[in-house]
Amino acid sequence: MPATVTAEQVETVVYDALVELGPTRDQLTRDATFESLDVDSLDLAELSQVVEEHFGVRLKGDDVAKIKTVGDALDLIIARAA
Amino acid sequence: MTTTNGHEGCALVTGASRGIGAAVAAALAEDGWPVGIGYRSDEAGARRVAEAITAAGGTAAPVAGDVADPEAAPRIFDELEERFGPVLVLVNNAGVRADGLAVQLEDDEWQRVLDTNLSAAFRLTRRAVGTMVRKRFGRVVNIASVVGPKANAGQANYAASKAGLIGFTRTVAVEVARRGVTVNAVAPGFIETDMTEDLPAGVLDAVPARRAGRPEDVAACVRFLASPQAAYVTGTTLTVDGGLSA
Repeated sequence: MPATVTAEQVETVVYDALVELGPTRDQLTRDATFESLDVDSLDLAELSQVVEEHFGVRLKGDDVAKIKTVGDALDLIIARAA
Repeated sequence: MTTTNGHEGCALVTGASRGIGAAVAAALAEDGWPVGIGYRSDEAGARRVAEAITAAGGTAAPVAGDVADPEAAPRIFDELEERFGPVLVLVNNAGVRADGLAVQLEDDEWQRVLDTNLSAAFRLTRRAVGTMVRKRFGRVVNIASVVGPKANAGQANYAASKAGLIGFTRTVAVEVARRGVTVNAVAPGFIETDMTEDLPAGVLDAVPARRAGRPEDVAACVRFLASPQAAYVTGTTLTVDGGLSA
């Protein structure tokens, strides 16, 4: 885990993980909702594992329930990793 | 390690030093899975099971840990993953009894049975399924019982744990089905093991097959549920009881 996590690092990891789960890169914007991307709760659980591996940030079930957009996820991870 | 069945990973069977768990471990090894022989205290038994599998051309290793201890699951998985790769087949077989009428059951007798039979299965499944989902393959088989769906006086704690295990099985099954991961239960009736040796002889009169089952009868069902042929079977409970529940 890097000593200092940058927003760019988080975005890269999250976007790469999301592409693995189905959406194409050009669909991924901060405002895109997970619902519109067809990313469901199991996908977000999988994304949480990737985030934990990279940044040591654990997202719980109720955290994941609150995030609606890609931007929500990025902001939460960046805040937790700080 | 790459198994002889083409998967990169292994199987973990809890409570595998004897009885049903030992038979399940042997059956999965025959299907090419390297098998972790989970045990709490019977190290000699676990070693014997592993040696028998190895002698038959399979791969197995004892792995110690009391699954009722919340710290045990990560330790067991870390040890096994380092040796054989990810756990792609998990058989939650470890189980205990502490019988008594509900009116006389002590809190610790209730808790001990729930901890091992239900909470441990949850924690091991949670750990295993995380990896299985990402590998797009996995098999979880929970060893339940005909007691739970069906009453058995003197086993309120055991029945609650096993009924809970069946509900848990169904729910996790639907959560992960779209990732190629199946979660099923097997519900044995009277099976000849150390756990049932103190049952009264007359109990078999209620079994239409007029005999007790063998650990191998249960193992055959687990083996099927873990196989590629069972890919579309999930969230179900396969009863192995000689017709007792029919």
